[in-house]
Amino acid sequence: MSIEELSVDPGLAAPARKSPLRKLLKDPQAIITSVLLLVIIVLGLLTPWITPHDPNEAQLNAINAAPGTPGYPLGADQNGRDIASRLLHSINTSMISALIGASVALIIGVTFGLLGGYFGRRLRSATEWVFSLIMTFPGLLLLIVLMPVTKGDYRATMLIFGVLLSPGIYRIVRNLVVGVKNELYVDAARVSGLSNLRILGRHVLFVVRGPIIIAAAFLAGSAISLQSGLAFLGVGSNLVPSFGAMIADGFTNLYLDPTQFIWPSILLGTLTASLVLLGNSLRDAFEGVKLKPSKLAEPTLKSESAVVGDVEAAELLSVKDLVIAYPTPSGQLKEVVKGVSFSLHAGETLGLVGESGSGKTQTAFSILGVLPSEAVIVQGSIKLEGRELLGLREQDLRALRGREISYIPQEPMSNLDPSYTIGAQLVEGIRASARMSGADARARVLALLERVGIQDPQRTFDSYPHQISGGMAQRVLIAGAVASRPKLLIADEPTTALDVTVQAEILDLLRELQAELHMAVLLVTHNFGVVADICDRIAVMQNGQIVESGSALELFREPKHPYTQLLLGSILDEHTVRTDPPVPVAAATGEKN
Amino acid sequence: MSTPLLDVTDLRVAFTGRGFRPKAVEVLHGVSLSIGEGETLGIVGESGSGKTTIGRAVLGLVKPSGGRIRFQGADITHASPRDRRTLSKSIQVVFQDPYTSLNPSLTIGDTLSEPLVVQGATAGDARARVQMLLDQVGLPRDAGERLPREFSGGQRQRVAIARALAPKPKLIVCDEPVSALDLSTQARVMDLFIDIQRQTGVAYLFVSHDLAVVRHISHRVSVVYKGDIVETGPADLVTSTPEHPYTQRLLLAAPIADPVEQEKRRAERHRLAELHREQNVQAGVA
Repeated sequence: MSIEELSVDPGLAAPARKSPLRKLLKDPQAIITSVLLLVIIVLGLLTPWITPHDPNEAQLNAINAAPGTPGYPLGADQNGRDIASRLLHSINTSMISALIGASVALIIGVTFGLLGGYFGRRLRSATEWVFSLIMTFPGLLLLIVLMPVTKGDYRATMLIFGVLLSPGIYRIVRNLVVGVKNELYVDAARVSGLSNLRILGRHVLFVVRGPIIIAAAFLAGSAISLQSGLAFLGVGSNLVPSFGAMIADGFTNLYLDPTQFIWPSILLGTLTASLVLLGNSLRDAFEGVKLKPSKLAEPTLKSESAVVGDVEAAELLSVKDLVIAYPTPSGQLKEVVKGVSFSLHAGETLGLVGESGSGKTQTAFSILGVLPSEAVIVQGSIKLEGRELLGLREQDLRALRGREISYIPQEPMSNLDPSYTIGAQLVEGIRASARMSGADARARVLALLERVGIQDPQRTFDSYPHQISGGMAQRVLIAGAVASRPKLLIADEPTTALDVTVQAEILDLLRELQAELHMAVLLVTHNFGVVADICDRIAVMQNGQIVESGSALELFREPKHPYTQLLLGSILDEHTVRTDPPVPVAAATGEKN
Repeated sequence: MSTPLLDVTDLRVAFTGRGFRPKAVEVLHGVSLSIGEGETLGIVGESGSGKTTIGRAVLGLVKPSGGRIRFQGADITHASPRDRRTLSKSIQVVFQDPYTSLNPSLTIGDTLSEPLVVQGATAGDARARVQMLLDQVGLPRDAGERLPREFSGGQRQRVAIARALAPKPKLIVCDEPVSALDLSTQARVMDLFIDIQRQTGVAYLFVSHDLAVVRHISHRVSVVYKGDIVETGPADLVTSTPEHPYTQRLLLAAPIADPVEQEKRRAERHRLAELHREQNVQAGVA
């Protein structure tokens, strides 16, 4: 039987494979905005055939005609021009503005973003410098100043505006590319013999396309707004029908005929709002909406918790029938820990062993009270010396975590703050859990650092995390963890990120400290060698359940559960040495090279 | 045996730091190794030893600052991009992390067929070859239409192996290919590596930090320590009765999955550490 094959369920895979387009079609906001945009665009395209008048055709007898006048469905403006015709022509002006502005910004920004992100440092600095320079130009002012150059043509203005917008796109693309460039699949593509151009086009651009599409919608919106704004100010040719010019005309006529002002405002508002909202929907579809963390149920505890028998009194930690679940997108709860029970005596080491996804870390975190906020403890009980931990207030838990329960993480480096010295962080931890003066705390930290086998405690005390090695960092964290002489130490894969020679030393250290402080240790790991080295008892977890537990010797020598047997059988031991000789290609495939 | 498939002599690699007039840091100080056809050379070492850099230099992903890399007798130390593209038919790679080594937005089929199409295969041929590769690495036939995120770590690594096998290479550089996998998956992927080698006669440059993994798959093993190869020899000898003190330490540091045996090993490790310490003291005095 194979665990690997079981892990992909074809039935489950189907809903995960939702394309952004399908997600968009289920989003009412996306549907409404795209239908609105589509209607507006189609109206704009049909303009030459459906408008009764030329946008600049002025009729003296139609000046300020009311809406509904024959031939003037929305009335006419102060110059006797048909408002409906002008509106429809304005749509085209806006669309051309959006098209020019957005595509110029996209073409420049994406091209240089790809080049600057993918190729060497020199090209990156050069492009960065140029685009930073462009960003410093005052946009609107520049466009007005350049009017003599553009000769009032809004298309030329939009061309320049596109250039001014391009730094935003350049930055998005460059940052994405820098991230993607170091991914292994780009290396793999290079090894596959693909040219840089193909890697950029297929692997890099394809991955970063989402944010670019989103940005394009916003760019189109801002191009339209800017064009209207300029026209409103009266900058540029007044022969070009535009929402801005129409609003300006309506504005001067506000008291005579307020509707003249309303039509273009509504259309312009709808257009830009639709673009922005569509952009938001695109972002949700491409990047996914985050599930909001929520506590769905308070932990329900078994009522028997009040009774403390004599047997339990000897136990330091007792976990009973623990069930931890997470909400799925469909709103149901998915159990990741399904009724786990175990106990731990003072001074004992229990190994919680399992593969990824077995729920071993979730179990450990629940004892520490540091599960993610969306996790739900459906039922169960966790008792430390007979005291129920589930349902404790955060401040009580915090007091407990500092003194009675300590924790050693898997990644020592990411658990140290890079902006403080090692010493400052340890002193802060010690003073948080016990009242003592700064000098006392400092002396205690130095003593602890020496105790965990650090050669030059003073130097490490003054070092920043990046100045020490991973093994040293783990020693520092162990020093911090045992500072308060805890009764229970929870170690989550404490040596997985370390080299084997360092691992052996860290395990030695843990063993010594445990004997010295008479701590109980809950060791979460996937490594049976580590378990054999340090654990008294072992609990094997699979799919959220403990399938087998017992003394270390018993479990290694006579595993009973098939899963334990499978795991132990997979260990590459001393005796699995490869014996078959190398076979050259020709002999293997039977063909000539 | 005539010329080896891959022959690396006195390979040096230095990385330049950042900033104005950066200093170069040498990570490989003259490494020599050779691999024959159909052979697995295991490279074992700890983090920062430079073991990964050896593989990346062979692949052309880092530039050597000295030494020579020969493949089938031809010098490829400073191969041009065009030569590299031709070489990619013969030298392939499987990376450590199955989660980042596959492009998340390409289907498995696209990932596998791309190098074939680039090298001139028709779409139909490529599709047929992809089917064959999927069979070869034990993935379901419909895997080609799915995206990487629908697969577990072990299955993704199978895809990565299939991608490496696609152009029928002579040598695959395997950079910690099973380190990120669960125990039971790890054993199965290793068996797949060995099966494929027996069928196709491909050679592996197998880089790992795990002595047990290297022992399982290698014909010969080289031990890297701080940018130098300190010991090379047949897998069973190097991994059971090593000569170099570092290899001895490495061997004794790896815990055995048996409490009694492990206790013995621990005692032996402490004894050896004490011995080395005394030797160092004596050397210091003398």
